[in-house]
Amino acid sequence: MTTKTYEKYYVPAQSPWPIVGAVALFFIAFGAGHLVIDVSKQQSGFGGYLLLLGFAVLVFMLVGWFRNVIDESMSGLYSSQMDRSFRQGMSWFIVSEVMFFMAFFGALFYGRVIAMQWLGGSSNNAMTFELLWPNFEPVWPLVKTPGGIETQAMPWTGLPLINTAILVISSVTLHFAHTGLEQQKRGQLKLMLLLTLLLGATFLGLQVYEYIHAYQDLGLRLDSGFYGNTFFLLTGFHGLHVTLGAIILLFVFFRVLKGHFTPEKHFAFQAAAWYWHFVDVVWICLFVIVYIL
Amino acid sequence: MSVVITEPNDQEHHEHDHHDHKPSGITRWLYTTNHKDIGTMYLVFALIMFFIGGTMAMVIRLELFQPGMQFVEPHFFNQMTTVHGLIMVFGAVMPAFTGLANWMIPMMIGAPDMALPRMNNWSFWILPFAFLILLLSLFMPGGGPSFGWTFYAPLSTTYSGDSTALFVFSVHIMGISSIMGAINVIVTIWNMRAPGMTWMKMPLFVWTWFITAFLLIMVMPVLAGVVTMVLTDKYFGTSFFDAAGGGDPVLFQHIFWFFGHPEVYIMILPAFGIVSAIIPTFARKKLFGYASMVYATASIAILSFLVWAHHMFTTGMPVFATLFFMYATMLIAVPTGVKVFNWVATMWRGAMTFEVPMMFALAFIVLFTIGGFSGLMLAITPADFQYHDTYFVVAHFHYVLVTGAIFSIVAAVYYWLPKWTGNMYDETLGQWHFWCSLISVNLLFFPMHFVGLAGMPRRIPDYALQFADFNAFISIGGFLFGLSQLIFVWVLIKCARGGVKATDQVWEGAEGLEWEVPSPAPYHTFETPPVIK
Repeated sequence: MTTKTYEKYYVPAQSPWPIVGAVALFFIAFGAGHLVIDVSKQQSGFGGYLLLLGFAVLVFMLVGWFRNVIDESMSGLYSSQMDRSFRQGMSWFIVSEVMFFMAFFGALFYGRVIAMQWLGGSSNNAMTFELLWPNFEPVWPLVKTPGGIETQAMPWTGLPLINTAILVISSVTLHFAHTGLEQQKRGQLKLMLLLTLLLGATFLGLQVYEYIHAYQDLGLRLDSGFYGNTFFLLTGFHGLHVTLGAIILLFVFFRVLKGHFTPEKHFAFQAAAWYWHFVDVVWICLFVIVYIL
Repeated sequence: MSVVITEPNDQEHHEHDHHDHKPSGITRWLYTTNHKDIGTMYLVFALIMFFIGGTMAMVIRLELFQPGMQFVEPHFFNQMTTVHGLIMVFGAVMPAFTGLANWMIPMMIGAPDMALPRMNNWSFWILPFAFLILLLSLFMPGGGPSFGWTFYAPLSTTYSGDSTALFVFSVHIMGISSIMGAINVIVTIWNMRAPGMTWMKMPLFVWTWFITAFLLIMVMPVLAGVVTMVLTDKYFGTSFFDAAGGGDPVLFQHIFWFFGHPEVYIMILPAFGIVSAIIPTFARKKLFGYASMVYATASIAILSFLVWAHHMFTTGMPVFATLFFMYATMLIAVPTGVKVFNWVATMWRGAMTFEVPMMFALAFIVLFTIGGFSGLMLAITPADFQYHDTYFVVAHFHYVLVTGAIFSIVAAVYYWLPKWTGNMYDETLGQWHFWCSLISVNLLFFPMHFVGLAGMPRRIPDYALQFADFNAFISIGGFLFGLSQLIFVWVLIKCARGGVKATDQVWEGAEGLEWEVPSPAPYHTFETPPVIK
């Protein structure tokens, strides 16, 4: 017979939010599918409305679900074991996000190092080159596709460099916000978190400006060949992740104002920070691989 | 929140006192956070999908019963092969394994539930909606997806129908479901084991699912990436898979199979875990070579990332690449061989009995090994030039997936059904189900090897006259296999409604935490963790 202390693991009672979330995803997927089809056929349909409805239900679900979780957390239902579950869950989620970006980085690598060279006649593809596109020059950035679409490459100096600096600084400010939280310097915490948010918003604004510049001045478009494809999908998905990260940080900021976090327990802050740092690392890879190299 | 409990001998009587009240009505299932309820929903969903996908297989076999165009249009035939594959992979096999994981893993490691119970329910409920979208797309003008479950570009981009966008988004939300399910499994195993349940004491089913969850987290996002590229190529003018824009259709195959090959291990590693649980029980011996089983599973998982291009030997890759992928593929036979050896060694001089779960597990070992050997044949690059895209490939992966994955799922259901329902299933009916399935499945898939070697191409609704006799034979096997599964449903319903009461241990030789709780397992088990010696 041994006697030991055991912290009970909190298993929530029934919750309506998961099924609401599933319905939201149904409307989003079904609506987005129909919207894409309608747009491609230039017809009007219900897809867009369904998509909006889906997002509305999703927001409703997220608000309700997170309200429950925050209430449970604030009333001390979560043990340290629960906290570890959350941390591990978030870490694996970030791993899955890394793999999502890897698919696009992998495509870029293959297109640039293998497919483009083969189209230019390397390896055993001399005849392919001669017969299909004898005028094709395999140089990266691919500003002229084999099919003849021309565009201009996005330079890495100027705006992208400034944006890189902004995002890196935002990671640093977020780190200082975290140390502020840990050392209970609430002024530092609030200031640094706000600064991170502003830097994130600036980054997004400049990114929009860069897209306009690409479309209007450079003729660099989503459909201008493999260079434009990878450029816009990689930076675009990154931008979506920055947006998501910024929204999360915004809610963390509100919770900071309400005094929700303690130096010992602040999983939500930690998760948001991890996500932000992850988005930052993706940008650095992106800046080197998409812009500079 | 500290609770003082006394350990360990009180445990058993402690369990019996637990309040066992369940919420009632439809909201029990809609709002549930209970791993057993969610496991049940996954399993029922998988069974329904198995019959929907199976019906499509019946349409395929009906058309191929005789040469010439008999019953359906070629375009509809293509939709059937495509949706049959998608439903069986993503709707039947994967959810069935996830359901088993939900039911069994918390009980096997002494956890009160899954680590993130609400997210668990979300993972499940996404699936019916995802498949609703996929099935609805069949009724759109122009029909549903018809490019094969592998949706190779340019079939899925340049030549696909309008409904492709629905296919893409339904795969997206299936992927979200799988990733969340996998995160739940991996965190549960990492963080929720009872005190004393060390890594190398975990049952192999838990180990194999741990590794499977890792594979899912690594590759499902890649699938999301590739369907996104298909979407933008088809609708937004990108040219990832179009050489005129600097892309390459072969790039599609690389990304798809980077997902697709680990995916086939996602569908077989949990099966290894199930067989590793059943064989020792009915041989009444400890599993031979536990540690080597764990290492073999991990080796297979790692190798699975390095073999994807063996699906693409005929695409004109450089010879060096084909050789690399050929040797890496053959290497997988080594850890798989370790597993088969260990199962056989476990039975060596065991006191064996042959109840239905054991029968399915034994059939698994023999028939999965046949599927493995035909896999080795396909791995040989020059030989693959002959086998590629023939019925030999169809025979290979159906041996691995039907007599492998699905037989293991059926074995697991028979094995754990008394624990779930508290009743023994009807052994006679179960034996009928087994023998009918065993005979018909071999009538169905074995002759496919021969027609494949002779050059009959897959995914074509018509064939040359010399294949007629074999195909009639195959179709009869297919219909019989489909009918045999009705016996399974009968057994399940009968068992759920009543029967001989099962003991806590159920099987004489069964060991593990799940056999120490009552049958049926209480709604909540291990709210305080047991101590494992």
